[in-house]
Amino acid sequence: MRFLNRSVGRLSRHRRSRLAGLLVMALGLLAMGGLYAAFAPAQAEETTSTDAQVAQGRELFTVNCSTCHGLNGEGIKLTDGDGEDQMGPSLVGVGAAAVDFQIGTGRMPLTQPGQQGPAKQTVFTDEEREAIAAFVATLGPGPAIPNEEDYSTAGMSDEEREKAVVLGGQIFLANCTACHNFDGAGGAMPRGGYAPSIHDTSPKHIYEALLTGPGPMDKFSNGNISSDDKRAVIAYIESIREEPEAGGFGLGAVGPVAEGLFTWLGIAVLVGIATWIAAHTTRTSKKKVEEA
Amino acid sequence: MSIDTSKVADSNRDEPATAKGPSKVGAAAGWADDRLGLAGVMRKNLRKVFPDHWSFMLGEIALWSFVVLLITGTLLTFWFRPSMSEVLYEGSYSQLRGIHMSEAYASSLHISFDVRGGLLLRQMHHWAAMLFVAAMMVHMLRVFFTGAFRKPRELNWVIGSLLLLLGTLEGFTGYSLPDDLLSGTGIRAADGFMKSMPVIGTYMSFLLFGGEFPGESIIPRLYAIHILLIPGILLALVAAHMLLLVYHKHTQWPGPGRTQENVVGYPMLPVYMAKAGGFFFVVFGMTALMGGLLTINPVWKFGPYDPSKVTAGSQPDWYMGWPDGALRIMPGWETHIWHHTISWNVFLPIIVLPGVMFTILLLLPFIEAWITGDKRDHHLLERPRNAPTRTATMVALMTFYGILWEAGGNDIIATTFHLSINQITYINRVLIFVGPLVAFLITRRWCISLQRHDKEMLLHGYESGVIMRSPEGGYSERHLPVSEEHAYRLVAGREPDEVYSIESDADENGVAARGTRLQNLRAQLSALNYADNVQPPTAEELEEAHDHVDHELELQSSLAHPADGHQFDGHNLHDADEEPLR
Amino acid sequence: MSHDESNLPVLDAEEPIPNPGLPEHQWRPTDVDEKMARRAERQVAAWFGLSMVCAVLFFVSYFVFAVGDDPSTFLHFRTSNMALGLCMGGAFLFIGIGIIHWARKLMADHEIVELRHPAASSEEDREATVQILQLGLEESGIARRPLIRNTLLGAIGLAGLSPILLLRDLGPLDISVLKHTIWDKGMRVVRDVVGTPIKVADLEVGDLVNAQPAAFFETDEDGEPLVEGAQLQVEKAKASVILLRMDPADNKPGPGRDDWAVDGIVCYSKICTHVGCPISLNERTTHHLLCPCHQSTFDLADAGKVVFGPAARALPQLPLMEDAEGYLVAQRDFTEPVGPSFWERDSQ
Repeated sequence: MRFLNRSVGRLSRHRRSRLAGLLVMALGLLAMGGLYAAFAPAQAEETTSTDAQVAQGRELFTVNCSTCHGLNGEGIKLTDGDGEDQMGPSLVGVGAAAVDFQIGTGRMPLTQPGQQGPAKQTVFTDEEREAIAAFVATLGPGPAIPNEEDYSTAGMSDEEREKAVVLGGQIFLANCTACHNFDGAGGAMPRGGYAPSIHDTSPKHIYEALLTGPGPMDKFSNGNISSDDKRAVIAYIESIREEPEAGGFGLGAVGPVAEGLFTWLGIAVLVGIATWIAAHTTRTSKKKVEEA
Repeated sequence: MSIDTSKVADSNRDEPATAKGPSKVGAAAGWADDRLGLAGVMRKNLRKVFPDHWSFMLGEIALWSFVVLLITGTLLTFWFRPSMSEVLYEGSYSQLRGIHMSEAYASSLHISFDVRGGLLLRQMHHWAAMLFVAAMMVHMLRVFFTGAFRKPRELNWVIGSLLLLLGTLEGFTGYSLPDDLLSGTGIRAADGFMKSMPVIGTYMSFLLFGGEFPGESIIPRLYAIHILLIPGILLALVAAHMLLLVYHKHTQWPGPGRTQENVVGYPMLPVYMAKAGGFFFVVFGMTALMGGLLTINPVWKFGPYDPSKVTAGSQPDWYMGWPDGALRIMPGWETHIWHHTISWNVFLPIIVLPGVMFTILLLLPFIEAWITGDKRDHHLLERPRNAPTRTATMVALMTFYGILWEAGGNDIIATTFHLSINQITYINRVLIFVGPLVAFLITRRWCISLQRHDKEMLLHGYESGVIMRSPEGGYSERHLPVSEEHAYRLVAGREPDEVYSIESDADENGVAARGTRLQNLRAQLSALNYADNVQPPTAEELEEAHDHVDHELELQSSLAHPADGHQFDGHNLHDADEEPLR
Repeated sequence: MSHDESNLPVLDAEEPIPNPGLPEHQWRPTDVDEKMARRAERQVAAWFGLSMVCAVLFFVSYFVFAVGDDPSTFLHFRTSNMALGLCMGGAFLFIGIGIIHWARKLMADHEIVELRHPAASSEEDREATVQILQLGLEESGIARRPLIRNTLLGAIGLAGLSPILLLRDLGPLDISVLKHTIWDKGMRVVRDVVGTPIKVADLEVGDLVNAQPAAFFETDEDGEPLVEGAQLQVEKAKASVILLRMDPADNKPGPGRDDWAVDGIVCYSKICTHVGCPISLNERTTHHLLCPCHQSTFDLADAGKVVFGPAARALPQLPLMEDAEGYLVAQRDFTEPVGPSFWERDSQ
C-alpha cells in the first residue's frame, strides 16, 4: 500500500514538473490582461468567476490535483486487503475557501499522499490559485473565499478592537487552545497528527481554516462561530502576537516541559560553578620566602 | 592508628596569632557570651572542616534556592490574595479586561503587570522552586552513588528523602495557587486522583475542596498549606539535616592522609564561610537572571481557570512529570464490582506507585545494611564502581524515573520530533519494564570492568602508549607503574567484599543455621551484590607485581638512556611529591 | 552493640599500600608573590565594583522603566522585568564571584585536620542514661499502676481525636451531587462564551461546537446571572459538552441510543472519564477525540468508546432533540455520572 502510494506520488511529481511548467507559462502569458483582477482581490472575490477562469482552473486541476482527487474532484479511494485507504478526499462542496487555504498556505499539493500537509512555499501564482478555486467551487456549493472585511481587523475602532480582543480571547481559549495551545504554538493529535503552530498564519487563512476545517481540523462554520466572532478571534491572535513578551524569552511557549529542560540547564551551570569553587587553584613550586 | 599530621598546619595562618588587647569585637562578644554562653559551641564549630570537592556543594544549591524561595515567597504574599471570590478584572492586561475571574488570578495578574519587579519575583520564585527540587535530587544521587548514606548517616538520608517529598508537595501546591487555566487543570486532575482511592477517595475530595470540585475553598486552603504548614516542616527538617551534618562531620574521599578517622579540608571560618556564602549570592543571582530572561508560567496567556477549557501541552512542573507519565502509559483498567468502581488506571500510577517509590527510596540504606550486615561507621566515600550493584540499582531506578518522565512529555516529544503519541506510548509500555533491567545489567558489568581496570593498573601499571621493540623484533607496549599516591587512592578504604551465606552462620557443631526464607533472600542478594566484584589486590599480589616490574627495569638498565617512556608522554612530572594536594 | 573506637573499621593495618600521609603543602602564586596577591585583590574589588554598578542600574531601572497600562518596551520585550532581572542577577552574581575568588586566591589555604568521634555516646553515658530513665519510670510508678497508665492512654487518645473531628466540617459529604448535572429535559444547548442557542441548520457536517447548558447564561429580572461564581464553576465542571455534527451514516449509536442524535449531531460530555480534564481535541476525519492531559482517545462515532489511552470508560452522551422553535435541547440529564471514576460510582 505504502509502496503504491509512493509510486503514484512520484508519477504525479513528474507530470507536474514537465507539463505544469509549460502550461503555467502559457497560461500566465494569456492571462496578463487579467492581472488587474489579481491586484484587486476584494473585487475579484465578489465578481462571479468567468467561464474562462473556470476552464483555466479545470486545466490546472487536471494536471496538478486529479491524481489524488480524481478528474472531477470526486476523490479517489484505494482499497487493499485491510480496507479502504483514501488517496485524496472528495472536493465536492468544499468550496473556494478550502482551495484558497490549502493552496495559499502551500499545503497542497502534498509531497506525498496520506500524510498531514505542512505549510510551505506555495507553487501557484495568485491567479492560478483563484482559477482552481473557481473550478472547485463549481463542483458543489461550499464556502466562498471570504471578503477582506470579514477577517480584517484594520477597520475596527480602538474601542471595538479592545472589546473584540477580550471576546476573541475567550472564544480562542474555549475553542482553539485545546489543540493549538494557549499561545497558538500547536500541539499533538492522535497517531502522529498534529495541530500546527498558528504564529505566522495570516488573518485570511485563519478565517478560512475556521470556515472549512482543513485536514483533520474541525469546522467552525459561520453557524457555529459567527463571522464577527471569528474576526474577534483574529483580533485576539493579532494582539498576542503584537504584545511584547512580558517575562523574557518565551521558551517556545510549550508549557512546563520546556521550563523543566531549562531548570536542568540552570542546575548544570550551578554545578559548573560548584566545580570552580571546589577546584584547586594554581600552585607554584616556589617556596614562600619567610621574612625574618 | 597514627596519621602523619606533622605536615599539617593546625591553623591555616602562616604565623601564630598573637593575643591582642581588649577590642570592641571582644567586648561585644563578651557581652553576648555572658548571657548566651555560646563561646563553647562556637569554638568547636567555627573551624568545622569542609573537604573540598565539587559534589559536596550540590546540597548547597538546594539550601540556597530554598532561601531564595523564602525571600521571594514572603514578598509575594504582600500582593497575592488567596481568594476564589469572583472579581471583574480591570487591570492593565487588556486581553483580559472585563473578564470575571477569581481574586487569586486577578492578583497574580496584578503582580505580573502592575507591580514593578512583581513579575521578576514571581518568575524567580518559580525558577527557584524548580531548581530546589532538581538540586535535592542531584544531591541525593551524589549521596547514594558514593555510599555517604551508610551508618551513621541513615537518618539524615531519611530526613533528606522527606525533604524531597515535601519539596515536591510544596511545589505542587504553589503551582495551583495562581488559579490560571494550567494550575486549575492540575487541581482538576488532583481531584480525579483523590477520587480514585477506594472507599475514602470521594470523601477526601469533598473535604479538601469543601464540597464539590472546584468550590471556593481550595485556593485558601492550599495557600495555608503552601506558606505555613509545609514551609514550617521544611525549615525544621532542613535545620535537623544540617545539625546532623555538623554532628557527623563531612564524609571525604579517601586519599593520602585522609582516613576513616579524620576530616581534611578547609575550615568554615573563613574559607568555607566565603565559598558557601559566595555560592548563595551566585544561586540568588542565577535565579534573578533566569527570572529576568526566561518566561516561566505566563499565567496571563492561560486565562482564568474555567473547568470547560484546556490547553494543549497541559503538563505539571517537571518534578511531577514522572507520575504523570505513569498515568499516560497505564492501560485503561477499571473494576466494576458490587455497584462500586475501582479505577486502577488512576489509583495504581498516581497513588500507589509514588508511595512505593518513596518507600523504596527511604529504605535503600537499611536494605543495604541488612544485606551486608555491616554495623560499622563509614566516613570514607566509595567510588561508584566499587559498589557495582548499588550503582546499578540507582541507575535502574533513574532509568525507570527517566522513562516515566519522558512519557510525561510524550505530546511535546511527538510534535517536536514528528512522532506518533500512540507509538511513543506503546514503546514506553515495553520500555518501562525492559529499560531498568537493561540499565541495571549494563551498569553493573561496566562497574566491574572498571574495577578490573583499576586492579590491572595497580598490578601492571598504566598503558604508556610507548611501543618497545625487542632485539628479536617483537613489539610490546610499555606499562609504567602508577605513582604511589595514585595507587594508594585506588586501594584506600577498600576492603574485600564478604558474601553472606547461610553456611557462615553454622554453629560450632557444623549444623547449618535454620535457613529461613528471609536469610536465603539475604544470601542471594548478598551474592548478587558482591560475588562478581573484583577485589582489591592484596599486599602479596602487589609485591609480586612489583618484583616483576623491577625485573623488567633491570633488563633495560644496559640501555644508554632510561627506557621508561616518560620522555614521550610527559608523565615523569607526575611524581608523588609534585602531585598537587587533593 | 559496640560503639567505642572499634566501631570504626581499622583499615590501615590491612591496607595493601601504606598511607603515604598528607603531601607537603604547595603555595599559590598569590602566597609567594606579593604582586600577584595585589592583582588578585584588585580583581576581587573589581567584581564588587561591578556588582555595585548593577545595583545602581537596578535602582535606575526600577524608576525609569514603566509597567502597567503603558509599559516600556525594548525589541519585542517589556523592558522592566528583563532590566530588573539582569541588574539584580548581576548585582548578586558578581558579589558571589568576588567572594569566591577572594577565598580561592587570598584567604589562607592550609588544609586542616579534624579528628572524628564516634556518633554514639560513651558506654558510660549510655548506662547512666538508661538508669536514669528506669529510675524515672520506677519513681513515677507507672509500671506498677496499670490503671493510671491505661486510663491516661485512653484519655489522651480520645482528647487527641477531638481536633481531628473538627476537620469533619471541612466540607459537606453529600456525594450524591456527583450523579447529577444541571442538564434537564428541554434545556437548550448553547455556544460557550457567547451563549447563543443552536439550530440544526446552523451546523455543517464536520462542525464542532464547545457548548454549555443555557442555564449558565440565564439572568433574573435584574439582569443578574442565575448561576455565578463558585456554583457556576462547580456546574461547569460537570455540564460542559461538545456538539459534533457528522454524516448520520458514520454515526453508530450505542444500544438504546438510536434517537439521541439529531441529524448526525451528537452531544458528549466534555469532561474526560480518566481524571476530568476538559476534552475537545477532535479529529474531524476520524471522529476521534483526544484528551490533552493524558491522551485518552474516544470515538465519538461509536458511542464515545475509548480507543486509546488510560481512560477506562466511554464518554457519557447527552441525548439531544429539537424543541418547538427548532433549537437543540437535551432530552434529559446524563444517564450516568460524568467525569472521573469514584468508589461509589455504579458503573455496571
